[in-house]
Amino acid sequence: MFPNIILLWIAGIAIVSISYYFDKEKTKQGVNKGIKIFKGLSSPFVNIMIIASIILVLVPPEMIEQYLGGDSGFFGVGLSAIIGSVTLIPAFIVYPIASELLKRGASYMVIATFITTLLMVGVVTYPLESKYLGKKVALIRNVLNFFAAIIIGLLIGAIM
Amino acid sequence: MKKYIKEYGFILLFVIFGILSYIYSFAFGIKASKTFLDMFIEMISFIPIVFVLVGLLDAWIPKKKFEKYMGPESGLKGTLLSVIFSMFQAGPLYGAFPIVYILYKKGASVKNIFIFLGCFSSLKIPMLTIETGYLGIEFTLARAIITVPLFIAIGYLMDYYLKNKDFKVTDPTESN
Repeated sequence: MFPNIILLWIAGIAIVSISYYFDKEKTKQGVNKGIKIFKGLSSPFVNIMIIASIILVLVPPEMIEQYLGGDSGFFGVGLSAIIGSVTLIPAFIVYPIASELLKRGASYMVIATFITTLLMVGVVTYPLESKYLGKKVALIRNVLNFFAAIIIGLLIGAIM
Repeated sequence: MKKYIKEYGFILLFVIFGILSYIYSFAFGIKASKTFLDMFIEMISFIPIVFVLVGLLDAWIPKKKFEKYMGPESGLKGTLLSVIFSMFQAGPLYGAFPIVYILYKKGASVKNIFIFLGCFSSLKIPMLTIETGYLGIEFTLARAIITVPLFIAIGYLMDYYLKNKDFKVTDPTESN
């Protein structure tokens, strides 16, 4: 966690400096836009973290380990794939929760499956998607992505 | 005033709850506050720089230029551009469909449309940056490296399946 953050800041400051060197106006414009996005997202972000921290305290770590841990096997992966497919939460909100679950004993395989299905499969947005792509094509895309997401989850679980 | 209550009311309530928990040694409240504080510090320690980078990306990348080079004859270059173009996007998956419609209108191939859609869902740079901060560079890289070939495969599969099927991307906002 910690070295990653330092790396991010070093890379970030370097990129901002290079950008400033080449184009002051564009850089100012871009940085301002970024700050604006951050301000807009910060309160929903904090709200979701409050809810997550209350739930995480209520749910004992043993339970997380039992249902989402390394020994949960097919059940854990299947459960997280289904939950990931039917929920519609912005990814950036899911990462802090995923990181807390990992610290509390969830396995990489389960977390990776949950994140990938969440990103790639959209049951809630299927009606909208089918308006653009047609019902059949949207269905095929979601089904293919569902299996691709499980493959990704299993492979990450095997690597990490 | 009402707007502020709606936006920050819940946060304020939780802060008061946390302080009271500490004063009266309420174990559950203390635990929840500690968990929240950990998450908050983690967030504030790197999310601001991510969004500054997102803003910069938006100011520098001329997105319009990509659209022209994703047609059926674009070959490997088109595939590569579809992946790169998707990485410079932001927002949830349903925000991708209107872009897909524009790509379709500009003559992008079926294969590239689905590669774009797939990579849009899971390879956006802003998202990858946040992912790196929370889950580590190994996780993020592993996921990205496994994901790209799968989406290229899905692109080819869709292309093959829809070959003689008169596939169209329609814009629901236009028809009615």
